[in-house]
Amino acid sequence: MRKLYPDAEEALSGLLVDGMVIASGGFGLCGIPERLLRAIEMSGVRDLTFVSNNAGIDNEGIGRLLRTRQVRRMISSYVGENKEFERQYLAGELEVEFCPQGTLAERLRAGGAGIPGFYTRTGVGTQVAEGKEVRSFDGEDYILERGIRADLSIVKAWKADQTGNLVFRKTARNFNPPAATAGRVCVAEVEEVVETGSLDPDGIHLPGIYVQRMIVGAPYDKKIEQRTTRARELQA
Amino acid sequence: MNGKVGWSRDQMAARAASELGDGFYVNLGIGIPTLVANHVPPGVQVTLQSENGMLGIGPFPWAGEEDADLINAGKQTVSELPDTSYFSSSDSFAMIRGGHIDLAVLGALEVAENGDLANWTVPGKMVKGMGGAMDLVAGVKRIIVLMEHSSRDGSAKFVPHCTLPLTGLNVVDMIVTDLCVFSRPDRTSVFRLTELAPGVRFEDVAGRTTARFEAGELAVETL
Repeated sequence: MRKLYPDAEEALSGLLVDGMVIASGGFGLCGIPERLLRAIEMSGVRDLTFVSNNAGIDNEGIGRLLRTRQVRRMISSYVGENKEFERQYLAGELEVEFCPQGTLAERLRAGGAGIPGFYTRTGVGTQVAEGKEVRSFDGEDYILERGIRADLSIVKAWKADQTGNLVFRKTARNFNPPAATAGRVCVAEVEEVVETGSLDPDGIHLPGIYVQRMIVGAPYDKKIEQRTTRARELQA
Repeated sequence: MNGKVGWSRDQMAARAASELGDGFYVNLGIGIPTLVANHVPPGVQVTLQSENGMLGIGPFPWAGEEDADLINAGKQTVSELPDTSYFSSSDSFAMIRGGHIDLAVLGALEVAENGDLANWTVPGKMVKGMGGAMDLVAGVKRIIVLMEHSSRDGSAKFVPHCTLPLTGLNVVDMIVTDLCVFSRPDRTSVFRLTELAPGVRFEDVAGRTTARFEAGELAVETL
């Protein structure tokens, strides 16, 4: 079975439906599936629920889909860099479920691992716990959180082989592995597809079983949100 | 109270850094807590963890060597160290939630006298989300809060009860402000005023704190 598609539009063909739930990898603008997000924007599909740690910035990532009003609901942990998000949310135009970052990662991991719910201490006694079952284990309270299954997962990796085994690069891994596993279908975009057999089997970060379709998205012009450096003259 | 009394942001960070133990795995929040990395005491080796999936955070990269794939949880470009490792967000929070991180230093909007922390939202004003803060306070062994003693309008931030939505219940072990240090040996104890910053008098702290605290033997720094 051939997993490599010529472009993002073809890779998403037949997968996009109004009202669907999409899980996306990425942290800030680092490791976001930007080609696939762009193709989703161009498709015009709407009323989407996005499960994504962040919502991009005003004109990048999911932020673009907010501007085109294709997103109805977000499940995220942090959206601080997006003015349009804030405007739509305060105006009641966008539904938002704030979910603690670790709980969000675990909900995706659990969903992909066939675990419908789990107990966590995170959020006990806070707004996050409202309406959720509380159970005591060994004298400590925990709340029940649900695993997430998505209709579609979109992720970004560094390298893939022809079978969809993925390797991520540095902190661009972030939410991509748990997001990939949570989707009924996962489409990956990668910087490079290498010959099957040339990746070290011990160094595969996400086995190809989780990846149904992929594209090469290169060349990438990766965005930096906070460029922080040391000045060389300070070294001496 | 007038003139330049109390600790600067860097001095606050240095005071928090003196709590670091050799071999600690540490998570630093965004803002003043990030400065703690610049004040690790000599002879102490710590490994910094970043929620987005990195252990062993190096300093900011040299100009020209920034890598968009190498950032910390504040989305700032950072660098690698010889012992750096990378992992997924789910692995990252497994180590946080699982109690494997020794210490976290976080900012705060309010801390209550019973150790409750509010640091993620101001209803109707600030729409950002909690990020990893709720997971950190739920799982990390010891939590130090670094914050200005008073808010911009002059009101107290160490208070009897938090008025803002909570990040966690009874999770704070130590508070370092620009005026003083409050700490407690365990989470059933009352906070005790343990140090005053240079030039700060007990009355300065008492007049700007609405939380109940004990004042025992004070380590008063002289100028």
